[in-house]
Amino acid sequence: MNEMIAVMARLEVPWFDAEEVLIAPWTRYADATVWMVLMAVLLGVPCALLGNYLMLRRMALAGDAISHSVLPGLVISYLIFRDLGTLPMMGGAMVAGLVTTVLIEFITGRSRLKTDAAMGITYTTLFALGMFLVNRYAGRVHLDADCVLFGELEYVPLAEPSGLRAGGLGPVPMPVVVAAAMAVGTLGLLAVFSRWLLVTSFDAGFARSVGIRAGAVHYGLMAVLSVVVVTALESVGLLVAALLVLPGATAQFFARRMGRLHGLAAVFAVTASLAGIHLGAWLNCPSAAAIALAGGVQFGVAWGVSVWMRGRGVEGGVGGAG
Amino acid sequence: MGWRVLPGGGMSVWRWVGWLVGLMGVMVLSGCGVVSGERAVDFVMLRDGHVRAALPGVVLLGLNCGLLGTLLIARRLTMLGDTLSHAVLPGIAAGFLWTMTKHPGALLIGALVTGVLSSLVTGWILGSTRLKADAAQSVVLTVFFAAGIVMIKLLPDGSKAGLDRFLYGQAAALDAGETVLLAVAAALSVVVIWWGYRGFLVLAFDPGYGRAAGLPVKGLHLLQMFLTTLAVVVSMQAVGVILVAGLLVIPGATAWLFSARLHRVLVLAALLGMAAAVMGTFLSFAGDGMAMGPTLVLCAGVMFGGAFLLSPRYGMARRMVSVMRHGRRVRREDGLKAVYRVLEGRGFSGAGFGLEECGQSEGMMRSLERRGMVRAVAAGGWELTESGFGEAARVVRNHRLWELYLTRRAGFAEDHVHDAAEEMEHLLAEENIEHLMGVLGHPERDPHGRRIPRSGDTIETSAARHE
Repeated sequence: MNEMIAVMARLEVPWFDAEEVLIAPWTRYADATVWMVLMAVLLGVPCALLGNYLMLRRMALAGDAISHSVLPGLVISYLIFRDLGTLPMMGGAMVAGLVTTVLIEFITGRSRLKTDAAMGITYTTLFALGMFLVNRYAGRVHLDADCVLFGELEYVPLAEPSGLRAGGLGPVPMPVVVAAAMAVGTLGLLAVFSRWLLVTSFDAGFARSVGIRAGAVHYGLMAVLSVVVVTALESVGLLVAALLVLPGATAQFFARRMGRLHGLAAVFAVTASLAGIHLGAWLNCPSAAAIALAGGVQFGVAWGVSVWMRGRGVEGGVGGAG
Repeated sequence: MGWRVLPGGGMSVWRWVGWLVGLMGVMVLSGCGVVSGERAVDFVMLRDGHVRAALPGVVLLGLNCGLLGTLLIARRLTMLGDTLSHAVLPGIAAGFLWTMTKHPGALLIGALVTGVLSSLVTGWILGSTRLKADAAQSVVLTVFFAAGIVMIKLLPDGSKAGLDRFLYGQAAALDAGETVLLAVAAALSVVVIWWGYRGFLVLAFDPGYGRAAGLPVKGLHLLQMFLTTLAVVVSMQAVGVILVAGLLVIPGATAWLFSARLHRVLVLAALLGMAAAVMGTFLSFAGDGMAMGPTLVLCAGVMFGGAFLLSPRYGMARRMVSVMRHGRRVRREDGLKAVYRVLEGRGFSGAGFGLEECGQSEGMMRSLERRGMVRAVAAGGWELTESGFGEAARVVRNHRLWELYLTRRAGFAEDHVHDAAEEMEHLLAEENIEHLMGVLGHPERDPHGRRIPRSGDTIETSAARHE
């Protein structure tokens, strides 16, 4: 045990300078921090709510799968349009996301394999295709695989400005505008179709009998998921899976009804974003990873509390067993 | 253990070998665009030192991943490969910190520890929360992966270079030590699966029974997790952590498309894994700018696609053909039935009939003629043969008997049973009919008052019974 601690102590953890970590981001670097936090929240909240539905449908891993399989879409779109702008990248990734969904459905519908195997086959093959294309055709361009893997939230404030201005903060960075549009669209769709999503998640047979087409709802959800993953890709990379799952997984310790679950998940998404950005400032590591880590800590604390409460015989409330 | 290794049961070994060779052919063709002939010869002759060094290790990797992936798929734990492949990242960083060198041994041990830890944590989450398997795996995957990224970022300066080999893999650099490691891992899997085959079989299909029968279900589960983690860890230097997940699932999934018996699937998955390894090594050696990991997984993916379409048992083509065949048989039987009704209307005074009165086409008659059901008589007329009459009587009997069963036993109204009988008449087998006859007390007439033909009826006996 002691040796393990000694080994971990070899990590070069920067000195915790309260001024630098907690205050400077909101004073000296405020103009950058605001955009980073705003971006993290605009991605985190829709992801958290979407994640709740994914978990309800036992498809929590779909986010991770789609975030891997958009790679060939990005590369092919680049090879066609020779442009790394937002529009071609989004288009390519969205097509790839939909292809993934269709392939998974196709394999499960027409063979004996179950969803998990179909998902595993599809995303690994598509990711391999993407890496193959990068290696072979796009090696010399700036399709930075690391950026796809980890994302670069820190670059949001430095991104191309959009036409919009936000008072004293100057022009709004383009990614923030895109993320805001995505957030509004996603939240709007979830609000309108929440009943359909719930009914098809819990009882597909009943849904069919009242005229809701489960298949259409499924494809719609996956299409929205692809758009969300693509929007998040540049900033948080593969860690979009963390934004999708962790807030909802934490919230379910405290909530059993969908409304409360959504509310708490949104709150946890925001707190993880804030904590993560400070953590990233302290450790000087990719903010996306720090946000995921903060979300993980939140989950761990909630889990520990629920186990402890149950150990003391507290029923209901926190962490009800079920 | 006395189980037969190669698939039997109506399918000869040679046919299976044929399918394998066919799949390999598909992969070769798909690689033709990027391969030059000279290099292909070099590869086959093992002239290149890199190939000689890499090939054994990669083949063992394919074998190991194929076996373990089969077991994962049987338990619907496929995405565990995904979780593991992300969860080893912090272990790699910790292993580096342990020795402060990039010594592979330390990195592998670190990765093994966090890999096993991740599957333990997943188990704890499942045991103590309401989260389902997919959510628990996602939580563990993302948190471990994020921790790994942060740890790598915090490593002392100048030590990060080279660690990304584990993310993307580099099979060309497999050295003798790594090959030995891959061999040990593969041998361990083979021995454990051989020894514990019954246990893994029960674990995959009925863990509840296993527990009741006193099988160490938990121990077997941990053993499986350990082997899978070991496979991921020793493979990651060759193909990179993310693509190991692909090698775990694809050969196994492909093999499940050929058989439903675990032992056959295991053998086949091992063979397919090795085949994908050879093809992947070949293509990445022969083509330019083709990294090993992606090429291996793509080969496996193409193989899966081929099997998905063409598998003799569960392939899409087979399914389409059998749907088509069934459709044709239904149309033939309906044709015979129409003829029977016409003959019945004449009191079975003869076997001859015209196309018009039965509403049948010339093509249908030709198709029936090929099967010896009808024969052409003079001047465009046709005649049922003896076997044709027997077949027609059988279909009509099925139809009327089913109508009777539905009205008498299932409480259907008389005018609601025809459509159901139209479908069932093609599906009822001889033993169903005997059972129905017994249940209904060997009836003479259907609900609409028409006579139900008996088995062995000929046109003469029918005419005699027809008043």
